[in-house]
Amino acid sequence: MDTAVYDQAPTVAHAPWGRVRRSRYLADRVLKITCTLFTLLGAFVLGWILLMLLVEGIGGLSPAVFTQTTPGPGTEGGGIANAIVGSLVLTTLGIVVATPIGVLAGTYLAEYGKGSALATVIRFVNDILLAAPSILIGLFVYILMVQPMGGYSGWAGGVALAIIAIPVIVRSTEDMLRLVPGSLREAGAALGAPMSKVIVAISWKAARAGMVTGVILATARIAGETAPLLFTALNNTFWFSPTLMGGVSNLPVTIYQFALAPYANWRELAWAGALIITLSILALSVVARLLLSKDKAR
Amino acid sequence: MSTIALNTSSAIGNAAAADTGAPVRIAVKNLNFYYGDFRSLKDISIDFYDRQVTALIGPSGCGKSTLLRTFNRIYSLYPEQRADGQILLDGQNVLSPSIDVNELRARVGMVFQKPTPFPMSIYDNIAFGIRLYEKLPKSELDGRVEEALRKAALWDEAKDKLRQSGMGLSGGQQQRLCIARTIAQRPEVILLDEPTSALDPISTGKIEELIEQLRSEFTIVIVTHNMQQAARISQFTAFMYLGELVEFGPTTRMFMNPTKKQTQDYITGRFG
Repeated sequence: MDTAVYDQAPTVAHAPWGRVRRSRYLADRVLKITCTLFTLLGAFVLGWILLMLLVEGIGGLSPAVFTQTTPGPGTEGGGIANAIVGSLVLTTLGIVVATPIGVLAGTYLAEYGKGSALATVIRFVNDILLAAPSILIGLFVYILMVQPMGGYSGWAGGVALAIIAIPVIVRSTEDMLRLVPGSLREAGAALGAPMSKVIVAISWKAARAGMVTGVILATARIAGETAPLLFTALNNTFWFSPTLMGGVSNLPVTIYQFALAPYANWRELAWAGALIITLSILALSVVARLLLSKDKAR
Repeated sequence: MSTIALNTSSAIGNAAAADTGAPVRIAVKNLNFYYGDFRSLKDISIDFYDRQVTALIGPSGCGKSTLLRTFNRIYSLYPEQRADGQILLDGQNVLSPSIDVNELRARVGMVFQKPTPFPMSIYDNIAFGIRLYEKLPKSELDGRVEEALRKAALWDEAKDKLRQSGMGLSGGQQQRLCIARTIAQRPEVILLDEPTSALDPISTGKIEELIEQLRSEFTIVIVTHNMQQAARISQFTAFMYLGELVEFGPTTRMFMNPTKKQTQDYITGRFG
Protein backbone atom coordinates (compact mmCIF):
# COMPACT_ATOMS: atom_id res chain seq x y z
CA MET A 1 0.00 0.00 0.00
CA ASP A 2 1.21 3.44 -0.85
CA THR A 3 1.25 5.52 2.32
CA ALA A 4 1.24 8.76 0.38
CA VAL A 5 -2.42 8.18 -0.38
CA TYR A 6 -3.25 8.15 3.31
CA ASP A 7 -1.24 11.29 3.93
CA GLN A 8 -3.29 13.19 1.44
CA ALA A 9 -6.64 11.69 2.31
CA PRO A 10 -7.75 14.24 4.94
CA THR A 11 -7.21 17.15 2.55
CA VAL A 12 -9.77 15.75 0.11
CA ALA A 13 -13.23 16.90 1.16
CA HIS A 14 -15.85 14.16 1.48
CA ALA A 15 -18.55 14.26 -1.12
CA PRO A 16 -21.57 16.13 0.31
CA TRP A 17 -24.83 14.33 0.90
CA GLY A 18 -27.82 15.11 -1.31
CA ARG A 19 -25.92 15.04 -4.58
CA VAL A 20 -28.39 12.67 -6.19
CA ARG A 21 -30.81 15.01 -7.87
CA ARG A 22 -34.55 14.61 -7.47
CA SER A 23 -34.93 14.32 -11.23
CA ARG A 24 -33.11 11.02 -11.09
CA TYR A 25 -35.65 9.57 -8.68
CA LEU A 26 -38.39 10.96 -10.89
CA ALA A 27 -36.92 9.34 -14.04
CA ASP A 28 -36.68 6.09 -12.09
CA ARG A 29 -40.35 6.19 -11.15
CA VAL A 30 -41.49 7.23 -14.63
CA LEU A 31 -39.76 4.27 -16.26
CA LYS A 32 -41.08 1.85 -13.68
CA ILE A 33 -44.66 3.09 -14.03
CA THR A 34 -44.50 3.13 -17.84
CA CYS A 35 -43.18 -0.43 -18.00
CA THR A 36 -45.86 -1.63 -15.57
CA LEU A 37 -48.62 0.11 -17.52
CA PHE A 38 -47.64 -1.41 -20.83
CA THR A 39 -47.30 -4.84 -19.26
CA LEU A 40 -50.82 -4.48 -17.89
CA LEU A 41 -52.04 -3.33 -21.31
CA GLY A 42 -50.64 -6.48 -22.93
CA ALA A 43 -52.07 -8.68 -20.22
CA PHE A 44 -55.42 -6.87 -20.48
CA VAL A 45 -55.74 -7.54 -24.21
CA LEU A 46 -54.86 -11.19 -23.71
CA GLY A 47 -57.27 -11.45 -20.78
CA TRP A 48 -60.00 -9.80 -22.85
CA ILE A 49 -59.57 -12.30 -25.68
CA LEU A 50 -59.63 -15.23 -23.28
CA LEU A 51 -62.66 -13.85 -21.44
CA MET A 52 -64.58 -13.29 -24.68
CA LEU A 53 -63.72 -16.80 -25.79
CA LEU A 54 -64.88 -18.26 -22.50
CA VAL A 55 -68.11 -16.25 -22.35
CA GLU A 56 -69.09 -16.88 -25.97
CA GLY A 57 -67.53 -20.31 -26.35
CA ILE A 58 -68.82 -22.05 -23.26
CA GLY A 59 -72.41 -21.27 -24.33
CA GLY A 60 -71.74 -23.06 -27.60
CA LEU A 61 -70.16 -26.13 -26.01
CA SER A 62 -72.46 -29.13 -25.90
CA PRO A 63 -72.07 -32.87 -26.44
CA ALA A 64 -73.24 -32.34 -30.00
CA VAL A 65 -70.17 -30.20 -30.72
CA PHE A 66 -68.01 -33.28 -30.24
CA THR A 67 -70.34 -35.84 -31.83
CA GLN A 68 -72.01 -34.25 -34.84
CA THR A 69 -70.54 -33.02 -38.08
CA THR A 70 -70.68 -29.45 -39.32
CA PRO A 71 -74.23 -28.42 -40.25
CA GLY A 72 -75.19 -27.34 -43.75
CA PRO A 73 -76.53 -23.86 -44.43
CA GLY A 74 -79.88 -23.28 -42.78
CA THR A 75 -79.92 -26.52 -40.81
CA GLU A 76 -80.28 -26.43 -37.07
CA GLY A 77 -77.77 -27.71 -34.49
CA GLY A 78 -74.77 -29.68 -35.66
CA GLY A 79 -71.27 -29.97 -34.26
CA ILE A 80 -67.66 -29.79 -35.33
CA ALA A 81 -66.58 -33.37 -34.66
CA ASN A 82 -65.23 -33.76 -38.19
CA ALA A 83 -63.24 -30.53 -37.87
CA ILE A 84 -61.77 -31.55 -34.50
CA VAL A 85 -60.71 -34.96 -35.76
CA GLY A 86 -59.44 -33.45 -39.02
CA SER A 87 -57.33 -30.92 -37.14
CA LEU A 88 -55.90 -33.68 -34.96
CA VAL A 89 -55.02 -35.70 -38.06
CA LEU A 90 -53.45 -32.76 -39.94
CA THR A 91 -51.48 -31.55 -36.93
CA THR A 92 -50.22 -35.05 -36.16
CA LEU A 93 -49.26 -35.56 -39.79
CA GLY A 94 -47.42 -32.24 -39.84
CA ILE A 95 -45.51 -32.88 -36.62
CA VAL A 96 -44.65 -36.47 -37.56
CA VAL A 97 -43.10 -35.23 -40.79
CA ALA A 98 -41.43 -32.18 -39.23
CA THR A 99 -39.94 -33.73 -36.08
CA PRO A 100 -37.28 -36.01 -37.61
CA ILE A 101 -36.28 -33.41 -40.18
CA GLY A 102 -36.17 -30.60 -37.63
CA VAL A 103 -34.36 -32.58 -34.95
CA LEU A 104 -31.74 -33.95 -37.32
CA ALA A 105 -31.16 -30.59 -39.01
CA GLY A 106 -30.88 -28.89 -35.62
CA THR A 107 -28.42 -31.58 -34.57
CA TYR A 108 -26.36 -30.95 -37.68
CA LEU A 109 -26.22 -27.22 -36.94
CA ALA A 110 -25.27 -27.68 -33.29
CA GLU A 111 -22.97 -30.69 -33.49
CA TYR A 112 -21.53 -31.40 -36.93
CA GLY A 113 -21.79 -28.09 -38.75
CA LYS A 114 -21.12 -25.69 -35.90
CA GLY A 115 -18.81 -23.08 -37.41
CA SER A 116 -18.99 -24.23 -41.03
CA ALA A 117 -20.13 -21.98 -43.86
CA LEU A 118 -22.90 -24.42 -44.79
CA ALA A 119 -24.30 -24.30 -41.26
CA THR A 120 -24.22 -20.50 -41.29
CA VAL A 121 -26.20 -20.42 -44.53
CA ILE A 122 -28.72 -23.01 -43.32
CA ARG A 123 -29.20 -21.14 -40.05
CA PHE A 124 -29.85 -17.92 -41.97
CA VAL A 125 -32.32 -19.57 -44.36
CA ASN A 126 -34.02 -21.28 -41.44
CA ASP A 127 -34.53 -17.93 -39.72
CA ILE A 128 -36.13 -16.58 -42.91
CA LEU A 129 -38.41 -19.60 -43.08
CA LEU A 130 -39.29 -19.05 -39.43
CA ALA A 131 -40.61 -15.61 -40.30
CA ALA A 132 -42.12 -16.49 -43.70
CA PRO A 133 -45.79 -15.56 -44.15
CA SER A 134 -47.73 -18.79 -43.77
CA ILE A 135 -49.97 -18.01 -46.75
CA LEU A 136 -46.86 -18.23 -48.97
CA ILE A 137 -46.17 -21.70 -47.63
CA GLY A 138 -49.75 -22.65 -48.46
CA LEU A 139 -49.29 -21.40 -52.04
CA PHE A 140 -45.97 -23.20 -52.31
CA VAL A 141 -47.50 -26.54 -51.33
CA TYR A 142 -50.47 -25.82 -53.63
CA ILE A 143 -48.09 -25.69 -56.58
CA LEU A 144 -45.94 -28.53 -55.24
CA MET A 145 -48.69 -31.01 -54.38
CA VAL A 146 -52.26 -29.87 -54.95
CA GLN A 147 -51.86 -29.07 -58.65
CA PRO A 148 -49.91 -32.22 -59.61
CA MET A 149 -52.22 -34.42 -57.53
CA GLY A 150 -55.24 -32.83 -59.09
CA GLY A 151 -56.97 -31.72 -55.92
CA TYR A 152 -56.91 -30.69 -52.33
CA SER A 153 -55.80 -33.29 -49.82
CA GLY A 154 -54.93 -33.83 -46.18
CA TRP A 155 -51.46 -34.88 -47.28
CA ALA A 156 -50.85 -31.46 -48.77
CA GLY A 157 -52.20 -29.89 -45.59
CA GLY A 158 -49.90 -31.99 -43.44
CA VAL A 159 -46.88 -31.05 -45.56
CA ALA A 160 -47.76 -27.35 -45.39
CA LEU A 161 -48.03 -27.55 -41.60
CA ALA A 162 -44.76 -29.49 -41.46
CA ILE A 163 -42.99 -26.73 -43.39
CA ILE A 164 -44.20 -24.27 -40.76
CA ALA A 165 -43.09 -26.53 -37.90
CA ILE A 166 -39.66 -27.48 -39.25
CA PRO A 167 -37.88 -24.15 -38.69
CA VAL A 168 -39.33 -23.93 -35.18
CA ILE A 169 -37.99 -27.39 -34.31
CA VAL A 170 -34.63 -26.79 -36.02
CA ARG A 171 -34.14 -23.63 -34.02
CA SER A 172 -35.18 -25.05 -30.67
CA THR A 173 -33.16 -28.23 -31.16
CA GLU A 174 -30.04 -26.27 -32.04
CA ASP A 175 -30.50 -23.86 -29.13
CA MET A 176 -31.04 -26.65 -26.65
CA LEU A 177 -28.05 -28.67 -27.87
CA ARG A 178 -25.87 -25.58 -27.63
CA LEU A 179 -26.74 -25.37 -23.95
CA VAL A 180 -25.17 -28.79 -23.40
CA PRO A 181 -21.70 -28.01 -22.02
CA GLY A 182 -18.82 -28.90 -24.32
CA SER A 183 -17.13 -30.57 -21.35
CA LEU A 184 -19.81 -33.27 -21.45
CA ARG A 185 -19.03 -34.02 -25.10
CA GLU A 186 -15.31 -34.08 -24.34
CA ALA A 187 -15.94 -36.48 -21.46
CA GLY A 188 -17.84 -38.79 -23.80
CA ALA A 189 -15.15 -38.60 -26.46
CA ALA A 190 -12.47 -39.18 -23.79
CA LEU A 191 -14.03 -42.60 -23.11
CA GLY A 192 -13.54 -43.47 -26.74
CA ALA A 193 -17.12 -42.91 -27.81
CA PRO A 194 -17.55 -42.03 -31.48
CA MET A 195 -19.31 -38.75 -32.21
CA SER A 196 -22.59 -40.43 -33.14
CA LYS A 197 -22.68 -42.13 -29.74
CA VAL A 198 -21.83 -38.90 -27.92
CA ILE A 199 -24.67 -37.12 -29.72
CA VAL A 200 -27.32 -39.78 -29.25
CA ALA A 201 -26.47 -41.02 -25.77
CA ILE A 202 -25.18 -37.82 -24.17
CA SER A 203 -26.10 -34.59 -25.99
CA TRP A 204 -29.65 -35.61 -26.87
CA LYS A 205 -30.20 -37.03 -23.44
CA ALA A 206 -28.94 -33.88 -21.75
CA ALA A 207 -31.06 -31.65 -23.99
CA ARG A 208 -34.07 -33.97 -24.09
CA ALA A 209 -36.55 -31.85 -22.13
CA GLY A 210 -35.80 -28.74 -24.15
CA MET A 211 -36.01 -30.61 -27.44
CA VAL A 212 -39.38 -32.16 -26.55
CA THR A 213 -40.59 -28.73 -25.47
CA GLY A 214 -39.60 -27.36 -28.86
CA VAL A 215 -41.67 -30.04 -30.60
CA ILE A 216 -44.64 -29.34 -28.34
CA LEU A 217 -44.46 -25.61 -29.00
CA ALA A 218 -44.24 -26.31 -32.75
CA THR A 219 -47.37 -28.46 -32.39
CA ALA A 220 -49.13 -25.59 -30.66
CA ARG A 221 -48.00 -23.28 -33.42
CA ILE A 222 -49.37 -25.36 -36.32
CA ALA A 223 -52.56 -26.42 -34.52
CA GLY A 224 -53.97 -22.94 -35.04
CA GLU A 225 -52.60 -22.20 -38.53
CA THR A 226 -55.29 -21.27 -41.05
CA ALA A 227 -53.62 -19.75 -44.09
CA PRO A 228 -51.50 -22.74 -45.16
CA LEU A 229 -54.60 -24.97 -45.01
CA LEU A 230 -56.71 -22.73 -47.25
CA PHE A 231 -54.68 -23.79 -50.29
CA THR A 232 -54.00 -27.36 -49.30
CA ALA A 233 -56.45 -29.26 -47.10
CA LEU A 234 -59.15 -26.68 -47.71
CA ASN A 235 -62.07 -27.83 -45.58
CA ASN A 236 -64.96 -30.26 -45.67
CA THR A 237 -68.40 -30.07 -44.14
CA PHE A 238 -68.64 -33.86 -43.96
CA TRP A 239 -66.38 -36.60 -42.70
CA PHE A 240 -63.28 -36.58 -44.85
CA SER A 241 -62.04 -39.56 -46.83
CA PRO A 242 -59.86 -41.98 -44.85
CA THR A 243 -57.32 -41.75 -47.67
CA LEU A 244 -57.10 -38.02 -46.88
CA MET A 245 -57.72 -37.25 -50.56
CA GLY A 246 -60.04 -34.32 -51.17
CA GLY A 247 -60.74 -31.61 -48.63
CA VAL A 248 -60.13 -32.43 -44.99
CA SER A 249 -62.23 -30.64 -42.42
CA ASN A 250 -60.28 -28.73 -39.79
CA LEU A 251 -60.92 -26.27 -36.99
CA PRO A 252 -59.12 -23.12 -38.15
CA VAL A 253 -60.75 -22.98 -41.59
CA THR A 254 -64.13 -24.00 -40.11
CA ILE A 255 -63.86 -21.12 -37.62
CA TYR A 256 -62.90 -18.77 -40.44
CA GLN A 257 -65.93 -19.79 -42.53
CA PHE A 258 -68.47 -20.13 -39.73
CA ALA A 259 -67.57 -16.90 -37.96
CA LEU A 260 -68.57 -14.87 -41.02
CA ALA A 261 -71.76 -16.83 -41.68
CA PRO A 262 -75.28 -15.41 -41.34
CA TYR A 263 -76.46 -18.40 -39.26
CA ALA A 264 -76.48 -18.14 -35.45
CA ASN A 265 -75.66 -21.83 -34.92
CA TRP A 266 -72.60 -21.54 -37.22
CA ARG A 267 -71.29 -18.55 -35.31
CA GLU A 268 -71.86 -20.35 -32.04
CA LEU A 269 -69.91 -23.36 -33.32
CA ALA A 270 -67.11 -21.03 -34.46
CA TRP A 271 -66.83 -19.69 -30.90
CA ALA A 272 -66.82 -23.22 -29.50
CA GLY A 273 -64.12 -24.26 -31.98
CA ALA A 274 -62.00 -21.23 -31.13
CA LEU A 275 -62.29 -22.05 -27.43
CA ILE A 276 -61.31 -25.68 -28.03
CA ILE A 277 -58.23 -24.71 -30.07
CA THR A 278 -57.15 -22.09 -27.55
CA LEU A 279 -57.52 -24.42 -24.60
CA SER A 280 -55.60 -27.16 -26.42
CA ILE A 281 -52.73 -24.80 -27.23
CA LEU A 282 -52.78 -23.53 -23.66
CA ALA A 283 -52.59 -27.10 -22.39
CA LEU A 284 -49.66 -27.86 -24.71
CA SER A 285 -47.82 -24.77 -23.48
CA VAL A 286 -48.41 -25.73 -19.86
CA VAL A 287 -47.07 -29.24 -20.53
CA ALA A 288 -44.01 -27.71 -22.20
CA ARG A 289 -43.40 -25.45 -19.20
CA LEU A 290 -43.80 -28.30 -16.74
CA LEU A 291 -41.32 -30.42 -18.67
CA LEU A 292 -38.75 -27.63 -18.65
CA SER A 293 -39.14 -26.78 -14.97
CA LYS A 294 -39.03 -30.43 -14.00
CA ASP A 295 -35.80 -30.75 -15.94
CA LYS A 296 -34.29 -27.74 -14.18
CA ALA A 297 -35.19 -29.13 -10.78
CA ARG A 298 -33.41 -32.36 -11.55
CA MET B 1 13.73 -52.71 -16.19
CA SER B 2 16.67 -50.34 -16.41
CA THR B 3 16.99 -50.96 -20.13
CA ILE B 4 14.01 -48.73 -20.76
CA ALA B 5 15.99 -45.75 -19.59
CA LEU B 6 18.12 -46.15 -22.68
CA ASN B 7 15.12 -45.32 -24.85
CA THR B 8 14.54 -41.93 -23.35
CA SER B 9 14.98 -39.15 -25.75
CA SER B 10 15.89 -36.20 -23.65
CA ALA B 11 18.65 -35.34 -21.28
CA ILE B 12 16.00 -34.12 -18.86
CA GLY B 13 14.28 -37.48 -18.99
CA ASN B 14 17.50 -39.40 -18.49
CA ALA B 15 18.30 -37.56 -15.34
CA ALA B 16 14.96 -38.61 -13.89
CA ALA B 17 15.08 -42.18 -15.05
CA ALA B 18 18.19 -42.78 -13.05
CA ASP B 19 16.12 -42.46 -9.89
CA THR B 20 13.61 -45.27 -10.42
CA GLY B 21 13.58 -48.59 -12.12
CA ALA B 22 10.18 -47.95 -13.66
CA PRO B 23 9.94 -48.47 -17.41
CA VAL B 24 8.81 -45.65 -19.67
CA ARG B 25 5.12 -45.79 -20.58
CA ILE B 26 4.80 -42.65 -22.63
CA ALA B 27 7.74 -41.11 -24.43
CA VAL B 28 7.15 -37.66 -25.88
CA LYS B 29 9.64 -36.59 -28.52
CA ASN B 30 9.94 -33.13 -30.04
CA LEU B 31 6.29 -32.36 -29.61
CA ASN B 32 4.93 -29.10 -30.98
CA PHE B 33 1.36 -27.95 -30.62
CA TYR B 34 -0.55 -25.28 -32.48
CA TYR B 35 -3.79 -23.43 -31.83
CA GLY B 36 -4.27 -22.11 -35.35
CA ASP B 37 -1.03 -20.25 -35.98
CA PHE B 38 -0.08 -19.96 -32.33
CA ARG B 39 2.57 -22.43 -31.25
CA SER B 40 1.72 -23.29 -27.68
CA LEU B 41 4.06 -26.23 -27.07
CA LYS B 42 7.65 -25.91 -28.15
CA ASP B 43 9.70 -28.97 -28.85
CA ILE B 44 8.68 -30.90 -25.74
CA SER B 45 10.52 -34.13 -24.96
CA ILE B 46 9.67 -35.95 -21.78
CA ASP B 47 9.11 -39.48 -20.51
CA PHE B 48 6.36 -40.73 -18.24
CA TYR B 49 7.10 -43.77 -16.15
CA ASP B 50 4.95 -46.81 -15.73
CA ARG B 51 2.73 -46.81 -12.64
CA GLN B 52 4.10 -43.53 -11.38
CA VAL B 53 2.27 -40.27 -10.82
CA THR B 54 3.73 -37.41 -12.81
CA ALA B 55 2.57 -33.90 -12.00
CA LEU B 56 2.62 -31.12 -14.59
CA ILE B 57 2.95 -27.74 -12.93
CA GLY B 58 3.43 -24.20 -14.17
CA PRO B 59 1.61 -20.87 -14.33
CA SER B 60 -1.67 -20.50 -16.25
CA GLY B 61 -1.21 -20.70 -19.98
CA CYS B 62 2.13 -22.50 -19.79
CA GLY B 63 0.81 -25.43 -21.83
CA LYS B 64 0.43 -28.12 -19.16
CA SER B 65 -3.22 -28.86 -20.00
CA THR B 66 -2.41 -28.64 -23.69
CA LEU B 67 0.30 -31.26 -23.24
CA LEU B 68 -2.08 -33.50 -21.31
CA ARG B 69 -4.70 -33.18 -24.07
CA THR B 70 -2.30 -34.48 -26.69
CA PHE B 71 -1.92 -37.91 -25.06
CA ASN B 72 -5.48 -38.98 -25.90
CA ARG B 73 -5.74 -36.63 -28.88
CA ILE B 74 -8.82 -35.06 -27.38
CA TYR B 75 -7.65 -31.80 -28.98
CA SER B 76 -8.55 -33.27 -32.36
CA LEU B 77 -12.22 -32.55 -31.62
CA TYR B 78 -11.31 -28.99 -32.58
CA PRO B 79 -10.19 -28.69 -36.20
CA GLU B 80 -7.98 -25.64 -35.62
CA GLN B 81 -5.75 -27.51 -33.15
CA ARG B 82 -2.91 -29.75 -34.25
CA ALA B 83 0.23 -31.41 -32.95
CA ASP B 84 3.43 -32.66 -34.55
CA GLY B 85 6.25 -34.72 -33.19
CA GLN B 86 5.94 -38.10 -31.51
CA ILE B 87 4.10 -39.45 -28.52
CA LEU B 88 5.06 -43.08 -28.09
CA LEU B 89 2.67 -45.17 -26.02
CA ASP B 90 4.34 -48.55 -25.62
CA GLY B 91 6.34 -47.76 -28.74
CA GLN B 92 3.34 -46.76 -30.91
CA ASN B 93 3.15 -43.16 -32.05
CA VAL B 94 -0.34 -42.07 -31.00
CA LEU B 95 -0.16 -39.00 -33.23
CA SER B 96 0.04 -41.22 -36.29
CA PRO B 97 -3.06 -40.98 -38.50
CA SER B 98 -3.29 -44.77 -38.55
CA ILE B 99 -4.14 -44.85 -34.84
CA ASP B 100 -7.87 -45.07 -34.15
CA VAL B 101 -8.53 -42.18 -31.75
CA ASN B 102 -11.46 -43.89 -30.07
CA GLU B 103 -9.41 -46.97 -29.32
CA LEU B 104 -6.61 -44.74 -28.08
CA ARG B 105 -9.01 -42.97 -25.74
CA ALA B 106 -10.17 -46.25 -24.30
CA ARG B 107 -6.54 -46.96 -23.40
CA VAL B 108 -5.76 -43.45 -22.19
CA GLY B 109 -8.54 -42.28 -19.89
CA MET B 110 -9.14 -38.68 -18.90
CA VAL B 111 -10.81 -36.90 -15.98
CA PHE B 112 -11.58 -33.22 -16.30
CA GLN B 113 -11.48 -30.19 -14.05
CA LYS B 114 -15.22 -29.95 -13.60
CA PRO B 115 -17.03 -33.18 -12.81
CA THR B 116 -18.88 -34.31 -15.94
CA PRO B 117 -21.43 -36.96 -14.95
CA PHE B 118 -23.58 -37.97 -17.92
CA PRO B 119 -27.32 -37.37 -17.62
CA MET B 120 -28.05 -40.99 -16.74
CA SER B 121 -27.96 -43.29 -13.74
CA ILE B 122 -24.81 -43.92 -11.72
CA TYR B 123 -24.76 -47.47 -13.05
CA ASP B 124 -25.13 -46.36 -16.67
CA ASN B 125 -22.44 -43.71 -16.22
CA ILE B 126 -19.96 -46.43 -15.32
CA ALA B 127 -21.27 -48.96 -17.84
CA PHE B 128 -21.17 -46.41 -20.69
CA GLY B 129 -17.47 -46.78 -21.35
CA ILE B 130 -17.44 -50.54 -20.86
CA ARG B 131 -20.34 -51.09 -23.25
CA LEU B 132 -18.53 -49.15 -25.98
CA TYR B 133 -15.87 -51.82 -26.33
CA GLU B 134 -17.05 -54.96 -24.58
CA LYS B 135 -20.22 -57.00 -24.82
CA LEU B 136 -20.63 -58.45 -21.35
CA PRO B 137 -23.43 -60.48 -19.82
CA LYS B 138 -25.38 -58.57 -17.17
CA SER B 139 -23.77 -60.31 -14.19
CA GLU B 140 -20.27 -59.59 -15.42
CA LEU B 141 -21.13 -55.98 -16.18
CA ASP B 142 -22.54 -55.62 -12.66
CA GLY B 143 -19.25 -56.92 -11.35
CA ARG B 144 -17.24 -54.47 -13.41
CA VAL B 145 -19.38 -51.55 -12.26
CA GLU B 146 -18.95 -52.58 -8.62
CA GLU B 147 -15.22 -53.06 -9.06
CA ALA B 148 -14.83 -49.60 -10.59
CA LEU B 149 -16.91 -47.94 -7.88
CA ARG B 150 -14.92 -49.72 -5.18
CA LYS B 151 -11.63 -48.68 -6.71
CA ALA B 152 -12.88 -45.11 -6.88
CA ALA B 153 -13.90 -45.29 -3.20
CA LEU B 154 -17.49 -44.54 -4.10
CA TRP B 155 -19.11 -47.94 -3.62
CA ASP B 156 -20.26 -47.45 -0.03
CA GLU B 157 -21.91 -44.14 -0.85
CA ALA B 158 -23.43 -45.22 -4.16
CA LYS B 159 -24.34 -48.90 -3.81
CA ASP B 160 -27.94 -48.18 -2.73
CA LYS B 161 -28.62 -45.66 -5.48
CA LEU B 162 -27.07 -47.14 -8.58
CA ARG B 163 -30.29 -46.45 -10.51
CA GLN B 164 -30.43 -42.81 -9.50
CA SER B 165 -29.06 -40.03 -11.67
CA GLY B 166 -25.35 -39.36 -11.42
CA MET B 167 -26.19 -35.65 -11.46
CA GLY B 168 -27.66 -35.97 -7.97
CA LEU B 169 -24.29 -36.67 -6.32
CA SER B 170 -22.18 -34.03 -4.59
CA GLY B 171 -19.31 -32.43 -6.50
CA GLY B 172 -16.69 -34.64 -4.88
CA GLN B 173 -18.77 -37.77 -5.45
CA GLN B 174 -19.35 -36.75 -9.07
CA GLN B 175 -15.62 -36.45 -9.59
CA ARG B 176 -15.05 -39.92 -8.09
CA LEU B 177 -17.83 -41.18 -10.36
CA CYS B 178 -15.91 -39.78 -13.33
CA ILE B 179 -12.74 -41.50 -12.10
CA ALA B 180 -14.70 -44.75 -11.66
CA ARG B 181 -16.09 -44.37 -15.18
CA THR B 182 -12.56 -43.99 -16.49
CA ILE B 183 -11.01 -46.92 -14.64
CA ALA B 184 -13.96 -49.17 -15.48
CA GLN B 185 -12.59 -49.26 -19.02
CA ARG B 186 -9.30 -50.61 -17.64
CA PRO B 187 -7.09 -48.06 -19.35
CA GLU B 188 -3.31 -48.07 -19.15
CA VAL B 189 -2.89 -44.39 -18.53
CA ILE B 190 -5.10 -41.94 -16.65
CA LEU B 191 -4.90 -38.24 -17.40
CA LEU B 192 -6.18 -35.91 -14.71
CA ASP B 193 -6.73 -32.27 -15.66
CA GLU B 194 -6.85 -30.32 -12.39
CA PRO B 195 -9.27 -32.87 -10.97
CA THR B 196 -9.63 -31.20 -7.57
CA SER B 197 -9.67 -27.50 -8.42
CA ALA B 198 -13.48 -27.39 -8.26
CA LEU B 199 -13.69 -29.38 -5.01
CA ASP B 200 -13.61 -28.62 -1.28
CA PRO B 201 -10.62 -29.69 0.85
CA ILE B 202 -12.26 -32.88 2.16
CA SER B 203 -13.23 -34.10 -1.31
CA THR B 204 -9.76 -33.11 -2.51
CA GLY B 205 -8.21 -35.25 0.21
CA LYS B 206 -10.29 -38.24 -0.87
CA ILE B 207 -9.31 -37.85 -4.50
CA GLU B 208 -5.65 -37.56 -3.54
CA GLU B 209 -5.85 -40.75 -1.48
CA LEU B 210 -7.50 -42.40 -4.42
CA ILE B 211 -4.76 -41.32 -6.82
CA GLU B 212 -2.20 -42.83 -4.43
CA GLN B 213 -4.06 -46.17 -4.58
CA LEU B 214 -4.60 -46.11 -8.33
CA ARG B 215 -0.88 -45.73 -8.89
CA SER B 216 -0.37 -49.46 -8.33
CA GLU B 217 -2.32 -50.18 -11.50
CA PHE B 218 -2.21 -47.15 -13.75
CA THR B 219 0.27 -44.66 -15.10
CA ILE B 220 -1.05 -41.29 -13.99
CA VAL B 221 -0.38 -37.82 -15.34
CA ILE B 222 -1.96 -34.98 -13.39
CA VAL B 223 -2.10 -31.28 -14.18
CA THR B 224 -2.34 -29.21 -11.04
CA HIS B 225 -2.15 -25.59 -10.00
CA ASN B 226 -1.56 -26.61 -6.44
CA MET B 227 2.11 -27.17 -5.74
CA GLN B 228 1.49 -28.78 -2.37
CA GLN B 229 -0.70 -31.27 -4.18
CA ALA B 230 2.04 -32.02 -6.68
CA ALA B 231 4.47 -32.51 -3.81
CA ARG B 232 2.05 -34.76 -1.91
CA ILE B 233 0.93 -37.14 -4.61
CA SER B 234 3.48 -37.32 -7.41
CA GLN B 235 6.72 -39.19 -7.87
CA PHE B 236 7.79 -37.03 -10.78
CA THR B 237 7.18 -33.38 -11.50
CA ALA B 238 7.55 -31.44 -14.72
CA PHE B 239 7.66 -27.67 -14.60
CA MET B 240 6.51 -25.90 -17.72
CA TYR B 241 6.67 -22.25 -18.65
CA LEU B 242 5.52 -20.47 -21.82
CA GLY B 243 5.08 -23.69 -23.75
CA GLU B 244 8.44 -25.12 -22.85
CA LEU B 245 9.47 -27.85 -20.48
CA VAL B 246 11.80 -26.11 -18.08
CA GLU B 247 12.67 -28.92 -15.74
CA PHE B 248 11.64 -32.48 -15.07
CA GLY B 249 12.69 -34.83 -12.32
CA PRO B 250 11.71 -36.80 -9.24
CA THR B 251 9.30 -34.70 -7.21
CA THR B 252 11.45 -34.62 -4.07
CA ARG B 253 14.43 -33.31 -5.96
CA MET B 254 12.33 -30.82 -7.93
CA PHE B 255 11.00 -29.31 -4.74
CA MET B 256 14.09 -29.64 -2.54
CA ASN B 257 16.77 -28.88 -5.03
CA PRO B 258 15.62 -27.54 -8.41
CA THR B 259 18.42 -26.95 -10.87
CA LYS B 260 16.79 -24.15 -12.84
CA LYS B 261 16.24 -20.74 -11.34
CA GLN B 262 12.77 -20.43 -12.97
CA THR B 263 11.65 -23.62 -11.25
CA GLN B 264 12.95 -22.40 -7.92
CA ASP B 265 11.18 -19.05 -8.38
CA TYR B 266 7.91 -20.73 -9.25
CA ILE B 267 7.81 -23.29 -6.46
CA THR B 268 8.78 -20.70 -3.90
CA GLY B 269 5.93 -18.52 -5.11
CA ARG B 270 7.96 -15.73 -6.59
CA PHE B 271 5.86 -15.73 -9.77
CA GLY B 272 3.03 -17.62 -11.34
